[in-house]
Amino acid sequence: MSAAHSHLKSLDYSIVQQCMHCGLCLPTCPTYDATKLERNSPRGRIALMRAIADDRLEVTKAFGEEMYFCLGCLACQTACPAGVNYAELFEHARAEIEEKQVLANPKRNFIRSFTVRWLFMDLHHLELLGKALRLYQQLGLQTLVRRSGILRLLPKRLRELETTTPEVCEKFSAELIAPVTPAAGQKRYRVAMLTGCAQDLTFSDVNRDTVEVLAVNCCEVVTPPEQNCCGSLHAHNGEWTLAQQLARRNIDQFPPGQFDAIITNAGGCGSHLKHYAKLLADDPVYSQRAELWDAKVKDIHEWLTQIKLRIPHSAPRTSIVTYHESCHLTHGQKVVSQPREILRAIPGLKLVELPEASWCCGSAGIYNLTQPEMAGQMLDRKIKHIKSTRATVVATANPGCLLQLINGAKQHGLNLRVVHPVTLLAEAYRNS
Amino acid sequence: MPASETIASLRKLLGAGNVLTQPEDLIPYSFDGTAALTQLPGCVVFATKTDEVAGVLKLANQSRIPVVTRGSGTGLSGGSLPSPDCIVLCLTRMNRILEVDRANLTMLVEPGVTTQAIADTAAGVGLFYPPDPGSMKISTIGGNVAENSGGLRGLKYGITRNYVMGLEVVLPDGEILWTGNKCVKDVAGYSLRDLFIGSEGTLGVITKVLLRLIPKPAAKKTMVATYADMGQAAQTVSDIIAAQIIPCTLEFLDRTTIRCVEDFANVGLPLDCEALLLMETDGHPAAVLEEAAKMEELARQNGALEVRVAKDDAEASKLATARRSAFSALARLAPTTILEDATVPRSELAKMIRFVAEVAKKYNLRVGTFGHMGDGNLHPTFLTDERNKDEMHRVEEAFKEIFDEAIRLGGTITGEHGVGVAKKSFLPKFAGGAQMRVMRELRRALDPNGILNPGKMFD
Repeated sequence: MSAAHSHLKSLDYSIVQQCMHCGLCLPTCPTYDATKLERNSPRGRIALMRAIADDRLEVTKAFGEEMYFCLGCLACQTACPAGVNYAELFEHARAEIEEKQVLANPKRNFIRSFTVRWLFMDLHHLELLGKALRLYQQLGLQTLVRRSGILRLLPKRLRELETTTPEVCEKFSAELIAPVTPAAGQKRYRVAMLTGCAQDLTFSDVNRDTVEVLAVNCCEVVTPPEQNCCGSLHAHNGEWTLAQQLARRNIDQFPPGQFDAIITNAGGCGSHLKHYAKLLADDPVYSQRAELWDAKVKDIHEWLTQIKLRIPHSAPRTSIVTYHESCHLTHGQKVVSQPREILRAIPGLKLVELPEASWCCGSAGIYNLTQPEMAGQMLDRKIKHIKSTRATVVATANPGCLLQLINGAKQHGLNLRVVHPVTLLAEAYRNS
Repeated sequence: MPASETIASLRKLLGAGNVLTQPEDLIPYSFDGTAALTQLPGCVVFATKTDEVAGVLKLANQSRIPVVTRGSGTGLSGGSLPSPDCIVLCLTRMNRILEVDRANLTMLVEPGVTTQAIADTAAGVGLFYPPDPGSMKISTIGGNVAENSGGLRGLKYGITRNYVMGLEVVLPDGEILWTGNKCVKDVAGYSLRDLFIGSEGTLGVITKVLLRLIPKPAAKKTMVATYADMGQAAQTVSDIIAAQIIPCTLEFLDRTTIRCVEDFANVGLPLDCEALLLMETDGHPAAVLEEAAKMEELARQNGALEVRVAKDDAEASKLATARRSAFSALARLAPTTILEDATVPRSELAKMIRFVAEVAKKYNLRVGTFGHMGDGNLHPTFLTDERNKDEMHRVEEAFKEIFDEAIRLGGTITGEHGVGVAKKSFLPKFAGGAQMRVMRELRRALDPNGILNPGKMFD
């Protein structure tokens, strides 16, 4: 790409023009709600993008910071009657910010190279890190380090971060799940199951539960032990080319023609996985395959309700459950009623609606790491609502949300089980 | 941008964080909800107290800097569009509900409280605040009062003006004035309160609003009727009024609008019809049942293809929300949607709807029409592209004809959006020489230096 290339200027102008700035997005935007500044709102951000496309504004540092202050929760997209494709605008804006390097500094560059370009481009690297972390936690080193007080030597920000380090699973997906799991009983579908990256590291049990649930529902499940990241982290953080590379690898590994569905159980990944066609639109080899791929990708809840899931006979031990919507499952994929239907189908479980269920919990990919203050405020708000339901279990379908809520419960001293809906379903099947 | 000493004084008065001057901060304040109007302000300031508003106005008045007051910026006539180098005085952070008086059925609020928050707070104590403009989820009460906003319930419950009992207003020289009180009856002096309502930010800055609340209706019924012909829908409305029923809502959508709304809201609106009526009656349960049955009967007599009654409150509120999205949803079809609100006496509505269709045809324009059929308030919305100069010119010509016809039929150039910039050029013809002269003299008396929202409504 030439230096003169501009993502925002080469976008079809009708996409920026689609926003007619009526303001109906404002009440759904968590950052606008917190600051009441138009700049921190969807229509304000779009106005800035349009100003760049019109040559009225340069891509400045302030613009860069603004676009990283946005959670990318896409609540505005649900609220927008005009149908503005904010996700696309947001990704192009961030890609342009990275190309123009307006936020570049040595620390940020290092972190980005380490995570986006190294860690998540090859999941062997992530597995290695996971194993190291697991060892650190299992050997009691973490406890030792925490008790020693040595952490007090770290800057406050890092100290806070250390306490939020997720607990790494004892076993990763490949150690829990066979490459091919036969359907229990009659086989009606052949599906692929994407184990994800963060999901695999911290919630491999959710992956195992997903495979079990699929098998119970007449699906043969293909789960290769070595998989790729979906690339959403890359696309959302301005690494367009890397995101395309990962999309091609996934399509190669799971030729969509060979499966009835390609299943994902992480709201954030699913939302990105369903848009490979747009990402690869200009790729003569992959564009058509990507369209088929998009049609085959199904969120687990969407798929289970589509194939009419088997109703379990007996209940898990829990009683009152509430449901927190993952932003990208709700706003990105519009899968809203299906997880609730599944929770309602489990006998003995009482689903209580969570106030502001579709309001972001502040996890938002890596937002809780990059914008801890805002993320913290949002987590407090979420926990307050969860408390008001008196539920002892909160179900949510995205690893980021799961981690964020686990940390929230810990911080607030709340005895709360945070769980993926599919895990509750798997438990109910096991008890049946 | 205002002179650096002015900026420094504003920072001293309001705190540095409440004065914005960077382009990335100003560009998002260079428009409101009106299509195709943009103007960068000189700076944007946030006040949180009446005294701060007074301080800003005093400073601006001394330095002759224009001030444009703004809430959430959802207006549809350019009322809060900045003027060049002005101070945008944003009141969204002045958003406390100060008192709910259940003995007198009033609520005292600051101007930045959203209409939705007022409706919710009233409902929380079993009371009702009826005005419900389309953008109520985010529009602020200060803006509602300044523009005298209407909504879907105007037919039965009236508009914002009917619910304002008192106002605190800061005059351009910084003096603070109270007008009105909690008395139902009060005839002491001119009603300055009524002068400030609908004054579009040209006479003073509203800093407190005392609102009238009413008891919440015990029951309501919502229904949707569809027609193969717009005339049948209009006739149904005439027949309902003639039967001496005043429903709280009688909204209509044309075919184009129905499709866009359904595309967004997925509420199951029938797509194969030319017109849709959204009707709601509320009040005593027995009266509601009787009225709803009669309305349904009248709809069927006028050839309704289908009459669907909402099964519960949730469905009713979904339908109302879908209707409220109509204007924005039309933007699915074209990059620029130019909406007007020509209004005619109810008896002339069918004529006016036909006229809009003819004008659209004459100028070769795409139009989506919806609006408040019960109160004669139409929203013809032309679907265009602001970059297409020729088409934009034809839109202007079409509106000229539409406004002329509205005036000829005894109607008005704006029913609820205000004059602002969008209808400024039509006001003299509508209002006539004597009214224009009195309005000019009033404005000059209150704002001799012309600092408040200059260039809006009239020069």
